[in-house]
Amino acid sequence: MSRELEFLSTQVIMGRMSRRDFLGRAAALGVAIPVATSMLSSAALASSPIKGGALRAGMQGGESTDSLDPALWTSQVQHSFGQSWGEALTNVSPEGDLVPRLAEEIHASDDAREWTFRLRRGVQFHNGKEMDADDVVATLERHSDEDSQSGALGIMRGIESVRKTGNYEIVITTTEANADLPFLLSDYHLMIQPNGGKDAPEAGIGTGPYKVVEFEPGVRQRAERFQNYWNPDEFGHADEIEILIINDTTSRMAALQSGQVDVVNRVEPSIVDRVANLSNVRVQSVAGRAHYVFVMHADTAPFSDNDLRLALKYAINREDMVDRILRGYGTVGNDFPINAAYPLFPEDIPQREFDLDRAAYHYRRSGHDGPIVLRTSEVAFPGAVDAAQLFQQSAAQAGITIDVRREPGDGYWSEVWNVQPFSASYWSGRPTQDQMYSTAYISTADWNDTRFKREDFDQLARDARGELDETRRQEMYRDMGLMVRDEGGLILPMFNDYIEATSDRVQGWNPHPMGEMMSGYALSRLWLSA
Amino acid sequence: MNSLIARLIAQRLALGISLLFAVSVLIFAGTQILPGDVAQSILGQGATPEALANIRRELGLDQPAWQRYLSWLGGILQGDLGTALSNNRDIAESLGRRVNNTLFLAFWTAVVAVPLAILLGLVAVRYQNRWPDRLISGSTLTAISLPEFFIGYLLIYFFAVQLNWFPSVASVHDRMSLGERLHAIALPAATLTLVILAHMMRMTRAAILNVMQSAYIETAELKGLRSLLIIWRHAFPNAVSPVVNVVMINLAFLVVGVVVVEVIFVYPGMGQYLIDHVAKRDIPVVQAVCLIFAAVYIGLNMIADLVSILSNPRLRHPK
Repeated sequence: MSRELEFLSTQVIMGRMSRRDFLGRAAALGVAIPVATSMLSSAALASSPIKGGALRAGMQGGESTDSLDPALWTSQVQHSFGQSWGEALTNVSPEGDLVPRLAEEIHASDDAREWTFRLRRGVQFHNGKEMDADDVVATLERHSDEDSQSGALGIMRGIESVRKTGNYEIVITTTEANADLPFLLSDYHLMIQPNGGKDAPEAGIGTGPYKVVEFEPGVRQRAERFQNYWNPDEFGHADEIEILIINDTTSRMAALQSGQVDVVNRVEPSIVDRVANLSNVRVQSVAGRAHYVFVMHADTAPFSDNDLRLALKYAINREDMVDRILRGYGTVGNDFPINAAYPLFPEDIPQREFDLDRAAYHYRRSGHDGPIVLRTSEVAFPGAVDAAQLFQQSAAQAGITIDVRREPGDGYWSEVWNVQPFSASYWSGRPTQDQMYSTAYISTADWNDTRFKREDFDQLARDARGELDETRRQEMYRDMGLMVRDEGGLILPMFNDYIEATSDRVQGWNPHPMGEMMSGYALSRLWLSA
Repeated sequence: MNSLIARLIAQRLALGISLLFAVSVLIFAGTQILPGDVAQSILGQGATPEALANIRRELGLDQPAWQRYLSWLGGILQGDLGTALSNNRDIAESLGRRVNNTLFLAFWTAVVAVPLAILLGLVAVRYQNRWPDRLISGSTLTAISLPEFFIGYLLIYFFAVQLNWFPSVASVHDRMSLGERLHAIALPAATLTLVILAHMMRMTRAAILNVMQSAYIETAELKGLRSLLIIWRHAFPNAVSPVVNVVMINLAFLVVGVVVVEVIFVYPGMGQYLIDHVAKRDIPVVQAVCLIFAAVYIGLNMIADLVSILSNPRLRHPK
């Protein structure tokens, strides 16, 4: 078959040529029409997404208090909807590589402190304005404001200045060397808005493949395809997307089963086997970076004694927890917050085993006596109360008495976690190892929920951040991982998979370890088969 | 007679309004003594003392309580409920939709449930202690004994998942026609009907049976009237007062107590709205919703009162 015909059929798929034109051109090339149409459909099946239809997701995690202002986003619903109408400068691929989005080219100075971003030209906001350097600078400024309440403020604190150096070029200077800066700018709070959203933060105007048409917080959020979107081949396949907030698990599954939604998030491990057996439903799970943890304050007695911390780390049966709490949809943790889903993962750190003799040995050495209070709650993570009880039982075999105290869900995050010395909690992943450590393990971190404060660790983190040689950097991360694992206050029994489900008419699912719903890209990347 | 009734209605209305004012004081005082500071809960973990002071000034929290109460009350009287602290949206606007949805579901449930309950009550009296009575009482009591989420799940399983007659997601929106809306709320309305049916039916039955002991009913029977006619024309009017009271309590429940059903059927009513804002300590919204709930209770009870008075001449002339 002629190369020209192949080229033509891809043109149709890309939407650059109408089907009718294609058939006409094919006839001119002397190909019978049935052959031509079958070529067309096989090209579609092989590669490219089908445009059209309304894609509906039923999601857990929306509240009536949600806002369209990217600075205030906290939940997976806001994340998923935001990735559909907004765009950041960069994205991170499922393999952990940097992908340019609104930035076209990125250059670092040799000391990794000065970063030049060349912006994409001809990108339009939903209100018709063209995006340029002013909008990007204003966006980054808005999120750097100490009063902004922005979820990205922690990232922005490391930025010294943002300058416009051309209509489509900006230069960012960081306070200290940071090889990860372009990764950090993929943060979902940092959606580029016209004039940075300074005039109307809640307008929901971005450059993304969909434009917001309906926003009813805690109920539904709907968006239609943006006709002037710059990259329609890759994003924005359905004509319309909608998120229905369905916080109740049973209702969410019923909505998927009865065909009212095409995608649901948070399929609970306890029912996932039954969901997998349904005829018109596909379960999508991906091993991610999120993890369930028990955190000890390493500066508070009795947890200030490393022997006691080690005793507890050896006394937890990780395999059993993955089996029972996650029903196998997860992997065992190794007491440091990084796993193989991160780039530069240090592979050779030995796995900590469940070892009652060692637990008893360290417990004796710590000289501690009496019960240890562990606070838990259903909101800490799904199954947190059961997990605490399993921990209690396995620790009892080593002679350690854990007193499990169940706390109410309301107020758990303000009164218990990061306040009480020993509690259950969870973490979702971060784009890079550095960001994970900077968020919760360096001395000055706001969310240092293990009170792990060590000068040498902080110094190592700073050095690694500015290190452009990847082999050296990986070695540094190995040392940091070992420090947290052997001396930190973190007990990390398991990394949980993200488990989602789609109806069988949904195509294009591409697992992404960084977050739920293909790390928020699901709605703009999935398409519906006819 | 008419002026007497007008005076009674005016009296009740005045009473209801003053009660509402008293409730507004209670709500305001209640939300003031809630643990946790509003400014603190807005800013969360990252609160600095300056930011706290800024927010307090912005919200007027540095003024004395009575002054804040008066300005809050003044706003409400002009229809201004303020803006939500959590997402800066106008409360009157977002709450208005939710109230409409809640009233829509409550109204259509009542349209089905109230006549059905009364009819079943009448039939149960007519066939007292025989199989229709036993069947009606047995089935409605079974329905009320099951938790409402369980009834909801059963209905979803059979009518949404298996038969695909009705949607399991009752999420109504502006683009729907009335017919589509009614189709969407079929399952939640059926669930709520099953929940409130027994209470109203049993009360109708008991109240009428009470009247049926009277001598004048015996006379009617001796006159040879058909028993359903006796019940409807002679016994029921004298049993209206307790029945109306129970009906109103159930209607109030339909407005203020249906959070569980809202969650299961993903219905955008007031309940979930209130709960989300309580969790975020979004006080202005909590106050507004509580005030609406109080108004619903007071209003419906006032109607029950008036209906009782109108249906019973003795109550019009209290000693």
